[in-house]
Amino acid sequence: MTASATHSAIDAVWRIESAKVIAALARRVRDVGLAEELAQDALVAALETWPGTGVPDKPGAWLMATAKNRALDHFRRGKLLERKHEELAGEMELEQEMAAADLEAALIDHMDDDIGDDLLRLVFVACHPVLSTEARAALTLRLLCGLATDEIARAFLVPEPTIAQRIVRAKRTLAETRVPFEVPRKDELAARLASVLEVVYLVFNEGYSATAGDDWMRPALCEEALRLGRILAELVPNEPEVHGVVALMEIQASRAGARVGPSGEPILLLDQDRARWDHLLVRRGLAALARAEQLGGRLGSYALQAAIAACHARARTAAETDWVRIAALYDALAQIAPSPVVELNRAVAVAMAFGPAEGLALVDALAAEPALKTYHLLPAVQLGRLDEARAEFERAASLTRNSREKKLLLDRAAASHKFRVVK
Amino acid sequence: MRFMVMVKATKDSEAGVLPDEKILTAMGKFNEELVKAGVMLAGEGLQASSKGARVRFKGSKRTVVDGPFAETKELIAGFWLWHVKSKEEAIEWVKRCPNPFSGESEIEIRQVFEAEDFGAEFTPELREQEERLRAQLAAKKK
Repeated sequence: MTASATHSAIDAVWRIESAKVIAALARRVRDVGLAEELAQDALVAALETWPGTGVPDKPGAWLMATAKNRALDHFRRGKLLERKHEELAGEMELEQEMAAADLEAALIDHMDDDIGDDLLRLVFVACHPVLSTEARAALTLRLLCGLATDEIARAFLVPEPTIAQRIVRAKRTLAETRVPFEVPRKDELAARLASVLEVVYLVFNEGYSATAGDDWMRPALCEEALRLGRILAELVPNEPEVHGVVALMEIQASRAGARVGPSGEPILLLDQDRARWDHLLVRRGLAALARAEQLGGRLGSYALQAAIAACHARARTAAETDWVRIAALYDALAQIAPSPVVELNRAVAVAMAFGPAEGLALVDALAAEPALKTYHLLPAVQLGRLDEARAEFERAASLTRNSREKKLLLDRAAASHKFRVVK
Repeated sequence: MRFMVMVKATKDSEAGVLPDEKILTAMGKFNEELVKAGVMLAGEGLQASSKGARVRFKGSKRTVVDGPFAETKELIAGFWLWHVKSKEEAIEWVKRCPNPFSGESEIEIRQVFEAEDFGAEFTPELREQEERLRAQLAAKKK
């Protein structure tokens, strides 16, 4: 194997193993930042060793053993008297593990038993509410997806030192506020899980809003978020909202190939060529939604959004869309997550289901809403009044910050004399 | 990116011999790992080629040939569709896979085309065909 081939292999191993190594260490050293540094040390050791020796048969176990050795070294260097009880317990556990006769076998067995729990703890700590949403996203991509700082920076279109700072500060905050390396108790679980799902969906949307010409790391965020979501769905299989967010992402991702035209212009959902949707992802999305529904209880906001997306996904043509059901789902969504944007979408669905007059009544009521004054899609929704449509599209175009979207709206304005609601 | 990971057929799989319990258990565990890692999109085992058929194309002619087919090593006994970051990651996962058969066997890894790979190959004819389809759809809507 050439040196560069070995490096690619190490990258791949890191991708698969890093979160597990960090999670397993974090439980023992009680500090996520330190755990990540020790895991990085193991990575450096692999980069130094493997080009000479070749990639070991069990690279994950090798990384884990090396990182644990570094952890023991770290403990031994520390001043014995100042040590906390739990650190001592962590050290004892490590020593016992390292003394095991068949080291590799012991590590593998051990990983199988606990790794899911450790990973879940790591997810909850990386997405802890003491951290800002941006910090949670950066830390999650770093610790759970194994992304390097420069990859995260390119993905979020910010300078590398900014992300590096963000991660360092986040780790410090976690240490200073003594966030325990634990899965939250039952009474906190819902709120903490919401904090995790928010991060996953934020990462997805960041990737989804990438446009042609962007660095490839940006759209890759969608894939990272999907992977995270799929992992979470197995870690907490009994939480309907986890399946809800996965369903929503799978269905939205299924449209990736259809939502942009040949010259990079956006294509609206109803105008998309449905043959270009990824039907494997559609199927996965519908299956994830079914899992959320089977768990029972009232659907949460992600599951409801997924259910709406599913209505579109199930329609073979735009004309077959079940707008009555979509309107009802928006109604349910407005009750648990009220927002002017949800109301606006509800108005559109109502217009599609029961005629423009019904929808417009809702839209006009919304136009007085201060939060929507600068929401660029509101005027575009005021369909039906063709004489006004042109001006509305121009106003909408002047409010959007996305240049592609702007062009789309301006084109619509130009074509507004023949514009009609597709129903 | 996505990879299709194909388990090549063996004499046994072509003879319809089912894997033994040990292999099934190990495979089950491996599949579980793939799902937990968010890697597996789909996967199926395939029945022997004696239960399949081929359709040969020659110009506008189509000829149906029933299985079984002779070249066992070129046949496929099962496949996965994986979502990974690189070919190397797919290779690392395959290395973790238990041997799907007793004795010698082979797994082949092939990258799946994504829409963006067709950038330059999306010919005017294809585009025209697509526009025709769009027009038909639009006509239906009216």
